[in-house]
Amino acid sequence: MANLANAGPEVYDDRAARLFLWATLLWGIVGMSVGALAALQLAFWPANGGISWLTFGRIRPIHTDAMVFAFAGNAVFAGMYYSLQRLCKKRLFSDFLTSLHFWGWQAIIAATAVTLALGMTQGKEYAEMEWPIDLAIAVIWVVMCINVFGTIAKRRVEHLYVAIWFYIASIITIAVLHIVNNLAIPVGAFKSYSIYSGVQDALVQWWYGHNAVGFLLTTPFLGIMYYFLPKAVDKPVYSYRLSILHFWALIFVYIWAGPHHLLYTSLPEWAQSLGMVFSLVLIAPSWGGMINGLLTMRGAWHKVREEPVLKFYVLALTFYGMATLEGPLLSIKSLNLLSHYTDWTIAHVHGGALGWLGGMVFGMAYWLAPKLWNTELYSKKLANMHFWIATIGLLLYVSSMWTAGITQGLMWMATTEEGLLKYPNFLETVLALIPLYWVRMIGGTMYLAGSVLCVYNIYKTAKAGQPVDIEVDTSNDRHVAPRTFHERLEGKAFPLTALALVAVLIGGIVEFVPAFLLETKVPTVTATTPYTPLELQGRDIYIREGCYNCHSQMVRTHHKEELRYGPHSKDYEFLYDFNFQWGSKRTGPDLHRVGKKYPDLWHYRHMLDPRLTSPGSIMPSYPWLFDSKVDTSLLAAKLNGLTKLGVPYKDSVLQDPVAAYNEQADVIVATLAAEGITATNDLEIIAMIAYLQKLGTERAPDEASH
Amino acid sequence: MIVIFMLIGISFILGAGALVSFIWAAKSGQFDDLERPAEEILFDDFFGRS
Repeated sequence: MANLANAGPEVYDDRAARLFLWATLLWGIVGMSVGALAALQLAFWPANGGISWLTFGRIRPIHTDAMVFAFAGNAVFAGMYYSLQRLCKKRLFSDFLTSLHFWGWQAIIAATAVTLALGMTQGKEYAEMEWPIDLAIAVIWVVMCINVFGTIAKRRVEHLYVAIWFYIASIITIAVLHIVNNLAIPVGAFKSYSIYSGVQDALVQWWYGHNAVGFLLTTPFLGIMYYFLPKAVDKPVYSYRLSILHFWALIFVYIWAGPHHLLYTSLPEWAQSLGMVFSLVLIAPSWGGMINGLLTMRGAWHKVREEPVLKFYVLALTFYGMATLEGPLLSIKSLNLLSHYTDWTIAHVHGGALGWLGGMVFGMAYWLAPKLWNTELYSKKLANMHFWIATIGLLLYVSSMWTAGITQGLMWMATTEEGLLKYPNFLETVLALIPLYWVRMIGGTMYLAGSVLCVYNIYKTAKAGQPVDIEVDTSNDRHVAPRTFHERLEGKAFPLTALALVAVLIGGIVEFVPAFLLETKVPTVTATTPYTPLELQGRDIYIREGCYNCHSQMVRTHHKEELRYGPHSKDYEFLYDFNFQWGSKRTGPDLHRVGKKYPDLWHYRHMLDPRLTSPGSIMPSYPWLFDSKVDTSLLAAKLNGLTKLGVPYKDSVLQDPVAAYNEQADVIVATLAAEGITATNDLEIIAMIAYLQKLGTERAPDEASH
Repeated sequence: MIVIFMLIGISFILGAGALVSFIWAAKSGQFDDLERPAEEILFDDFFGRS
């Protein structure tokens, strides 16, 4: 439906780009500051100040979600809204929708930060927001889709430049991922249970997690790269043909690679192998794109010396190439065994985030600001200084985390000649990394300092100039030509296809969900029992405190894992885990076999101050669990919600959950009393102990012997 | 593990959507000219005023 006959002047809406650029930079500073605080806490545990909402388990999700949705998200919107209008030669579809999108998105981010600090979380990585925020995200995402597709539909150029293809694939896929992963049953205003449990939840979550990285942090930025890089060097992309190939190959392959996050877990092995193979295939399109970007710089390399914009783009492409080689390598099962749960993963994502994303965002910001405010960049010198501080900080960060990851991975796997663990005490493998955690903290803080310089530079640029909305005359455009009715109809196929796809997907989900819910209603193994009311409340506290950020609950299928933690985890053990808590990082040891390993008293003292039981531990203390009483107001709603999801609670429990709760709590209180500890049965620590003591204790009778 | 088939189903639908888009794009001439579109984005900004 390209509106080719309607030539004339067109005023672009660049307010959108200005607003989203500001949001990108300011949230970026917030997100990076939280990241620096989290990094400091790993090197120096008291840095949470004893405050619950500043503790690592709560602020790490704030950091990651801020970087993904606020920093990268707003940057995508800024770059997309700026370039889309130029590529379509059309003002954005609706000024109102643009404003709604902007303010809606910022409100979502603010609400996310506040609720996560308060411990309202789904406990699923990069999808921590609770259901009301998830709904808001879906609504605002649709608003954006209407705005984008509306602009494309009314475009004055027939050809859809490759960047637009990247934008379209990104926004459609993210919509699907977001909906599928966040399907949940609300049991309170900010509490819900995922409709998936255990292995199924893990699979859906990492299908989401992997593709959210793919379609929010990769494809839209490739779109931005294909527009902004040629503009910055004032040369067309090296090979347009390659860019088309890059696009189609990447989107067809990416979606299948998710299971590489679950190697050696209880996920069926064929699914693991599928994920690994597709991950390796991904090298080809990724490097095709990187090479295309770098070769676009042909004949312009001398400009890199002067031009901060190009410096950042070269940094971005280099790290895109590195991260997209490293990712597939880490997906190889044997290497993944070493790297997974260690800081190597942290190095990998920060190479991508600080190098690729940061490079693209800051390059774009320095190029855009002079255009958006119709002036020169305030200081190239300052921008170049930003580049060097950021690059050195990034290298310190990544190399320290590489070293930490490989060191710890090797220590975990090291055995003596007798076949025993060389470092049986997990803590020993953590304390070896503390100097590296300091280096990481310094590197990250340098990167943050560079970003502050950028904000200052853009602020001064904006102040020196005037906000302008560019007006272009498209009457001389070569593409403007009268069209037949039939040709116009054909042009509509594209938005129609997109809308049909969304419709089909929603239909598909509605069809699939009941069928799959039926399956979970049939417990196949009798060994697994539902969490008691007390254990369930304890589990919700575990999720609230974000324990999964540092502890896994998955003993992998490898003999050295079993040597350290006990028998490997089985799929049926997670049958009633709504939501799953396998984790992705072991800053502390795996907890799946911790149940009954220590007495209640040990857990009591450990949560009060981990150093009482584990001298030198870097885990924060959780004193508030010893003051706060468990909020049982939602208990009945929680049990009802889980019953709907197929958890077979006994009628006696459903009728009087508080009685069941008190009965079990009193036993723990009595056990502690025998050791001279006075506690009441309504304290959070009691529920927490009950949950931890349940973990991994229910193995099928025929397997319990080996 | 019906969820695996659900995800595979959704991934296939996404893939099919991409395939339909690709066929549409190829048929409607989006990829007929692989030189000019790359050049054109460099010239569209400031036809009116700079």
